[in-house]
Amino acid sequence: MNKFYHTLKTIFLLGWSIFVVFPFLWALSTSFKDANAITSGATYIPWVDFEPSTQGWTSLFTTGSRGINIIGPFIDSAAVTLIASLVSLILGTLAAYGLSRFEYRLGFVKNADITFFFISQRIMPPIVLAIPFFLMLKELGALDTIFGLVLVYVALLLPIAVWVMTDFFAGIPKELDEMAMTDGCTPIGAFFRVILPNSVPGLVVAGMFCLIFGWNDFFFAFTLTFTETQLLPVSIVSLNSSVTPWWSLSAFALISVAPLALVAVVVERYMSRGTMSGAIR
Amino acid sequence: MLSSKHFFLLPALLTLVAIILFPLLFTVRVSFSSWDVFQSGLDFIGGRNYVRVFEDDRFWQSLQRLSLLSIISVSLQYTLGFALALAVWKQVRGGRLLRVLFLIPMMTTPVVMSVIWRTVFHESLGPVNDILSVFGVGPVPWLSSAMGAFISVLIVEVWQWTPFMFLLLLAGLVSLPKEPYLAAAIDGAGTWRTFWQVTFPLMAPITIGALIIRLIEASKIMDTVYVLTSGGPGTATETSSYYIYIRGLRDFQIGYSAALSLVYLVIMVISLTIIAKLLLRMLVGRDE
Repeated sequence: MNKFYHTLKTIFLLGWSIFVVFPFLWALSTSFKDANAITSGATYIPWVDFEPSTQGWTSLFTTGSRGINIIGPFIDSAAVTLIASLVSLILGTLAAYGLSRFEYRLGFVKNADITFFFISQRIMPPIVLAIPFFLMLKELGALDTIFGLVLVYVALLLPIAVWVMTDFFAGIPKELDEMAMTDGCTPIGAFFRVILPNSVPGLVVAGMFCLIFGWNDFFFAFTLTFTETQLLPVSIVSLNSSVTPWWSLSAFALISVAPLALVAVVVERYMSRGTMSGAIR
Repeated sequence: MLSSKHFFLLPALLTLVAIILFPLLFTVRVSFSSWDVFQSGLDFIGGRNYVRVFEDDRFWQSLQRLSLLSIISVSLQYTLGFALALAVWKQVRGGRLLRVLFLIPMMTTPVVMSVIWRTVFHESLGPVNDILSVFGVGPVPWLSSAMGAFISVLIVEVWQWTPFMFLLLLAGLVSLPKEPYLAAAIDGAGTWRTFWQVTFPLMAPITIGALIIRLIEASKIMDTVYVLTSGGPGTATETSSYYIYIRGLRDFQIGYSAALSLVYLVIMVISLTIIAKLLLRMLVGRDE
């Protein structure tokens, strides 16, 4: 590659990197500011531009009228996301395996149609389901509970798990199942003893997508919970519309996006090994 | 008796039918009722809600705005994501680090980042106008003018979702076969020609998949808009989902918003199907 291309590429990569990190750095800097440092216009570097203060961070762990509680929402978010992801992963993996190995038939409905039914749920705009979900959870007495949200999130995440795992199982040769069955396994036994242990890469990818979409959802948490159960995205939005200062908002935001930023490291590992290409298509 | 094949499929299928299909059918029923603040319950008023949808200019404008926003943002995400994937595909210094960095935005919660972006675009206290003023530009009314708000939403969408394109396209690039590149090198094709004659055609299936997935997700956009601009100024950045949300859960016109959301769903399904067909014909050409 010639010099011109190389320079162009370096500038592009550098520019994009700055664009990507900018909001994070800005939030980090803002989280250490006090009222003076914010109302005097944009400032950037602590000690040079402004005197840093830790009130943004301490306010999140203070209880009482002056404090903002981040621990409660964090636990609720983690509970809902983890439970819903796990349930979706289990149900989705079973269904995907079934769809890749057996033939189903229900009138004119065949395997391909069932797979499509699962995946097509991603097209459904959340708003279409918001009102029935609201009424359904109200009937069940599950409004504003972790259980209610898990129920809804399973519907949201199941299609993702089915989608990733169907592709993954399509790549595992059927001979593997047949060998296990000639060794005396039942189909269910073959799945648990032979296929599942070989599916870790697919499960990791599917699990990560479930975590991402579960953790980051706002709309359903926003319409289906009020005070008892509060997830991180909903709490930050309600803080945003009140008079919460920027330093607390920034610290809050950084804590709520941090867990998943770590997921990026895992995704990169799987991507460079090429295991991703089969899983996402 | 249940055979083992049903053991695999049924739990997931029944769950999804229970959680999605019944609510959807219920929405259909509600859309024929006049359910609102004054009258809660399922009466039957025929297709009156649907007639109202077709006369509702605000809804059709929100749909136009949504199409414009989705098409521009997804094209930008695709172009930038592809360029980034190509740039880190072959060995570059610090490649691993860059890849991780480029993936991070798609892992972050859209509404949470929108709260940060709001401070970034703040007219008098935000850094964007501060930096622009060094170059003698501004102050730009980012969130308070129609054009500014639209561009802000676009920037945030591109920031958030270019990584998704990058992920899919890089995963595709990594798994490309080597032989066509050897052939191209033997023919003496340059970087530019190799891209258009080898890489791009080989990537066509992934391109189609990535564009469709992103268009589907983009057509649902509302979180970012809700936090960043609340649809404003006026209705300048109001997307269809957000408008239906206002009608349904804020004005509590349950029946009418059910009709709106079903019309919206049908339009989405039809237009995405058409787009998918067109893309297939354009990029795979003779196969279709």
